This record gives sequence, structure tokens and C-alpha cells, in this order.
Amino acid sequence: MSDGSAPSGAFQNRSASAGPVSETLLETQGLSKNFGGVKAVTGVDFRLGRGELRCLIGPNGAGKSTFFKMLSGQLPPTAGTILFDGSDITGEPPHKIARLGIGIKNQVPSVWDGLSVYEHFFIAAHRRLGARRAAAVADELLMKLGLATLARRDVGALAHGERQWVEIGMTMAQDAKLILLDEPTAGMATDEVERTVALLRAVNISTSLIIVEHDMQFISMIAGIVTVFHQGRILIEDTMENVLTNPVVREVYLGAGRPGR
Amino acid sequence: MAPVRLSVLEPLLWAAGAVALAVVPFALSTFQVVQITVFLIFCLLAVSLDLSWGLAGLLSFGQAAFFGLGGYAYAILCANDETPGVALAAGTVAGGVAAGLLGYIAFYGRLSTMFLAVTTLVVTLILLQVLGSTADPSYHVGAAVLGGYNGMTNIPPLLHEPTPFFWTAGGLLFLVIVSGRLLMAAPFGRILAAIRENERRVELLGYDVRGHKLAIFALSGAIAGLAGALFASWGGFINPEVFSLAQSAQVVIWVLVGGRGSLYGAAIGALLVQAMTQYLGYIGTAYTTLVLGALLVSFVLMMPNGLLPTFLRGLSSIGIRQR
Repeated sequence: MSDGSAPSGAFQNRSASAGPVSETLLETQGLSKNFGGVKAVTGVDFRLGRGELRCLIGPNGAGKSTFFKMLSGQLPPTAGTILFDGSDITGEPPHKIARLGIGIKNQVPSVWDGLSVYEHFFIAAHRRLGARRAAAVADELLMKLGLATLARRDVGALAHGERQWVEIGMTMAQDAKLILLDEPTAGMATDEVERTVALLRAVNISTSLIIVEHDMQFISMIAGIVTVFHQGRILIEDTMENVLTNPVVREVYLGAGRPGR
Repeated sequence: MAPVRLSVLEPLLWAAGAVALAVVPFALSTFQVVQITVFLIFCLLAVSLDLSWGLAGLLSFGQAAFFGLGGYAYAILCANDETPGVALAAGTVAGGVAAGLLGYIAFYGRLSTMFLAVTTLVVTLILLQVLGSTADPSYHVGAAVLGGYNGMTNIPPLLHEPTPFFWTAGGLLFLVIVSGRLLMAAPFGRILAAIRENERRVELLGYDVRGHKLAIFALSGAIAGLAGALFASWGGFINPEVFSLAQSAQVVIWVLVGGRGSLYGAAIGALLVQAMTQYLGYIGTAYTTLVLGALLVSFVLMMPNGLLPTFLRGLSSIGIRQR
């Protein structure tokens, strides 16, 4: 979809082939990552509009998590560029990218086991706010996420679903422009998944989201446009309905692939 | 409200500690006062390591190096007719600057945690060699002759009377522990704890963790330097033995035995191990090192968290809440 040679001025007002016409928030051009001889991501041209909620799907090893790690600065790309909110963030360190407004929840829950739920939200908000206002944000999030009764508990002692919410809450406390969530509902029960969907819809009012998921039910509940990754490339980008009926997708992902992990 | 974790009972504990430090010298002989003073100095050294290792997860084998540099700085300045007060401050700065330099290389060069431990140990052993090779009188700093393995002697004390010196060392230890505890409860301390638990997560929130790690590491080195200066003042001598492998390991052992992360545990560990070393020497066994080694092995096997955390968990399991 991208001509790959577009200078920074050109990507601002371009509409993607799939998706609504809107201002571009994130764009990658020819983004690639090799691990030795293994090509994890190859020449990915990706565009996300401001305010969009996008789901990424694809079999395990399709390159989704590697893609996320490049967007958040955890892995330097081998080739290609990442443009976020008008600036080139390719190869910037994680803390700089976070300050520009990208929050991420990695696939493997990454929390501070010895710290309380409250402290997680406080520290996440305190980067940009003073102690008093960060504490107010933390209190508000505890209510919003239904974690108020667990506020002083160590996160190491929480159930898996609750830990996922803590990490989602941290990205919310950051006040990011774009939140990347890698398998946010893994290990959640059905009612917890539904609560997460409601929560993310509310988050999406003010924030753009990219979500990697395997749970098809979750995706049909939440997604507008779905991007399918396969062997490090974008296979197709369309509505969930069209993706599900696409014969190529059925073959590489739903048929041959092993959903969930 | 900041994320405070201190118990409301803790200030009471501080008050009790302050009173104990104030009255203890009256109950002891002069010899005992002098002896306990050096224990307090070692407590300060142990607490300094706990600030970087227990709080932020930065294991340093170089605590003895910062301690030794503090001691040498004190001795050198005193020999050059500076007042002991100025020399004490210089010792603190020397420890802090050395830790700051090492920390800058380690953290901004993105060395791993394990590499930090190895690097600090190597630097300590290099100092042992370097200062050991200064036997020739041509090695001097102003009027201060370094003296090779014999070290420097006749270092003037900060205070001549044992009891005021006891109060000074005890007061400084008290001050460091109390402000250290307050620091741990403050947002900066909680961010350091988060770095210990999962550094990447902290970075992904937009924090430049290198600065945080450098700050606590330099502070930890400064306190070790202060302890070293007090030590040189206490005994009136300092020699390169402070940079030996045994000394470097000793500090880690104190913290390991007492328990990491509370500062109190580190101080208790230093007190206990030193008291035991003293006792074993007193009853005249030739196997002090052997007994201490056995003690350490049994601690690592049976109480990997150290004395204080194990004790507190025991309390909470029989129904007494710790926080």
C-alpha cells in the first residue's frame, strides 16, 4: 500500500486503502527485522489513523510481537522507518518513544511483583505528573478498573487476569496517544474478556490502539479493521468479516494455524 | 499522597534507636565503646550496599573500594593539615565520585547487572595492587606518604574522646538509616524498587533509568566513603587490605545474612557477623574463617532471604502484621 519512498510530508494526508480517511498517527515503511538468518519481519508498510482501533492477527511466529517491539523501541529495526505523530522514531530508545506517547503491554506480563497495584499506577502517571496529581490518577484508575479493593496488594499475589488489567491500567496512566496491547485477554475468563472489551472501547475514545489477539470472539467484538500477519509480512488488511471469509487467510491461519497458546 | 509504605510504628522504632545510641556508652567500658564504634561504622558500610543492592538491585563488590578510597582520602587530607571535619567530607565525596564514575560507565554503557558486580570487584582488586605498590617514599600526595602495604599510620582522629566519637558514628548511622527509609518510601525510591523488579517496564513508561541507577549508586558509594573515613579516623591507620577480596566479600555477606532491602537487616547482619568474628577470635579458635564460612553456607541454604525478612515473615504467620 505504501510506495516506500514517500518523504515525511507525504504520509500526513494520505488515506489507506482499507480504513477510514483520517490523519495518520503511525506509519512504517519497509520495516524489517532479522535475527541472524531468520527474517522475523520483512518490509512491513503499515499505517494507522488517529483514533483508530486496529487488531493484528496471524499464526504464532508471524512477527506480530517483533513488530510491536520495534514500534516501542525494544528492538532496533534491521531496515525501514517508523514515523509516529510526525516524527521519525526509528531506533530511538524505549524511554524516548514512551515520552512521545506510545504505551505498550508486552505479551509476557511485565509488572513489578514486589510493588502494590497502587504503586504501579502511581509510577506510571508520575513520569509526567507531580506526586499529588499522579496519586489522583492512580485512585481514578483503581476505580475504573475495579481494582480498588486490591490497591495495597502486591501485584505478584494477583490472579493472571488482574495482572493483565494492572498492565493495561499502566498504559492508561501514561496518557499515551497510542497504546499497543499484545494479547491483553490471554488467561481471562469470558466475563473478564467482556469487561476488557468495554474498557478498551472507553479507552479508544481518546486513544488509538493496536491489539494483538488470538481470541476471535474478542476481535469480532472490538475490531474495525484487522491486519493479518503471515511469515513476517502483511497478508491482508480488511474488516473482520472479509478476513474470515478470505480463502488465503483460512488456509494460512485459521486452517493450518494453531490458535491460542 | 506519595506511595508511602512506612509503618506508623516506624518513627517509634527510630526514637527507641536514638535513645539506645545516646545511653549505651554510659553502660559500657571504654574498651567496649571503642569496639562497638567500629561495629557501627561497619553497619554504615553494610547499609550503603543495601541502598544500591537491596533497593535498586545493583550488586556491587566495590563497596570496599569506595570505603577504602574514603579512608585514604581522609588520611591524605589530614596529613596535609586539613581539619578532620573537612577530611571526613572529602572521604564522602571520594567514595561518591568513584561510584559515580564506575556507575556512569556501567549504566550508560548498558552493562548487565552481572557485569557491574564483576567490574566493581576488578576495580577493587586493581586498587589493592596499585596502593600496594606505593612502598617507595616517592609515592606521596603532598605531605602524605602512601606507604605501600604498610599503609598510612598516625592518622589524626575526628574526635579524641571515645564516647563523642561513638555518638558521631552512631548519629551518622541513624541519620543514614532514617533518611534512607524515607527515600525508599518516596516516589524516587519506589521507582528504584520498580527498576529492581523489572527495569524494561520502567523504561517503557518513559523513565530514563540510567540516571536513577547512577544517582543511587553514587549515593551508596558516598556513604561507603563516609564509613571509610570514619574507619581511618577510628583506628588511626589505613592500608591496602581494605581493598582485598575478603573485605569486598565481607560487605556482601553482612547484607546477605541480615537480609536485603530494609536497611535494618543490613545493619543487623554487620553487627552479628562482626560480633561473632570477634567472639571466635576471643575464645581463641584457629578456625574463625571456617566457622564463618559454615555459617554463611547454612544461611544461604536455610534462610536465603536473610535473618530479618525471615523473622518478620515468621511474625506475620503467627498473626502479627508487619505492615
